[in-house]
Amino acid sequence: MTEIERSSRNNLEGIGGWLNPSRYGWERISYWFQRLTGVFLLIYFIGHVYETSTIVNGQNAWESFLELTQTGWGHLFLIMVIGASTFHSANGIRLIFTHVGIGLGTPGRPDYPYSPASLNYRQKSGIWIALILAAAAMFYGFNVLFGV
Amino acid sequence: MIMSNTAENKNEKKIRLKVYRENRGQDSGSHYDTFEVPYKKWTTVLDALLYVKSYMDPSVAIRYSCRMASCGSCGMKINGIPKLACYTKISELETSTIECEPLPNFPIIRDLVTDFSRFFDHHKSMHPYIEAKESSVDDTRKGTFSFYQSPEDVDKYLQFSYCIKCGLCYSACPTVGTDVNFPGPQALAQQYRYFADTRDESAKRLDIVDDRHGIWRCHFAGSCSKVCPKGVDPALGIQLLKSYMLGISKNDKVPAKKIEVESIDNRYNSSAKTE
Ligand code: HEM
Ligand code: SF4
Ligand code: FES
Repeated sequence: MTEIERSSRNNLEGIGGWLNPSRYGWERISYWFQRLTGVFLLIYFIGHVYETSTIVNGQNAWESFLELTQTGWGHLFLIMVIGASTFHSANGIRLIFTHVGIGLGTPGRPDYPYSPASLNYRQKSGIWIALILAAAAMFYGFNVLFGV
Repeated sequence: MIMSNTAENKNEKKIRLKVYRENRGQDSGSHYDTFEVPYKKWTTVLDALLYVKSYMDPSVAIRYSCRMASCGSCGMKINGIPKLACYTKISELETSTIECEPLPNFPIIRDLVTDFSRFFDHHKSMHPYIEAKESSVDDTRKGTFSFYQSPEDVDKYLQFSYCIKCGLCYSACPTVGTDVNFPGPQALAQQYRYFADTRDESAKRLDIVDDRHGIWRCHFAGSCSKVCPKGVDPALGIQLLKSYMLGISKNDKVPAKKIEVESIDNRYNSSAKTE
């Protein structure tokens, strides 16, 4: 290690780097949202397992826990779960293809102004479709839960 | 502190350049200096910084050489995004203040100059050279043979060979930002560059990147390809490499044929005779 290396901080962007999705276009937003929804779904999933396990304490315990989702805030939480799972699944399927190199185009001879093959409109449309599906699912969920 | 050169023509357009200042050698903390610099339609951020060095504050540290997006020395964070200073015109930024900061994910040496040691180490760990079984460097020097590659063979790796090692992709990558052992987009794309080259016969390329901190930490955030100034598209190379590792793409590379050619000495002598 050089003297410079030893004496300087690494100057890493750290977690702050991925918490700010605004600088690098739709693909970075997809990365950020996939992770955010993934972590959110994980929290939901743990809560969900806990919720369903209350049945072992009898019907009363089960029903009183279920009451939580029957409040306004409970409804909003469920709507977020609907949106997050729709986006995460739809975009997740897109990502499965990209991670194995499908739908990204082929290498060629880049010319100025360069437009990278992997950031093509098929991929961007995939992200937009996932967002639109999530919004539609949330809208539907809102109507079911809050509709009169 | 705002510095401006008052001897300039009043009608000239001026830009405020906010420059990050820090000298790691002296450990005196960091601050920003602001300079008002005249500019024209074609003035680049590098031109403006050189103006600062010439007429306002020679102590501002920058690294540059070619001034034409070829050497990869002048990368810095310009208005929050990694860019080459020589390849970024002030007029196209459309802001009244331009903030110049050192590239994130690279240790700072002084002001806008960062340490590329780790970045180059990752590059070197990829074996960034052709490994062919029956030909040594000496053979190549003698110049008695050459490899045959069709234009299609060349297209498979050409764009990745345009990399100038400027580090912008490394700086934009969110995985690098939290894991210094991750090789980063530049190095991984170079692994693909040699993997796809029909002259290369190394059997180790996929193993090198198949590491706990290796290629699988790429989540295809695409930011590397977004900032690359040479159209390398490192994200594409990385996903294609994964495709081979997962067996989705089959490696049916046909090794490049070696063709005997007249040695360089003979060619030189015969052309000298005909003149
Ligand atoms: C149809 C269902 C699902 C699909 C297709 C799917 C797909 C994916 C894919 C492809 C990734 C990798 C993204 C990347 O490489 O960046 C991912 C990440 C993730 N998923 Fe899922 N997933 C699904 C359901 C879930 C569920 C139910 C949970 C929570 C329990 C979850 C939690 C996560 C987490 C935490 C990540 C990490 C985010 C990251 O890598 O940045 N996923 N998912
Ligand atoms: S891949 Fe592009 S951005 Fe990354 S080092 Fe090479 S030229 Fe620079
Ligand atoms: S000075 Fe060479 S790339 Fe900018």
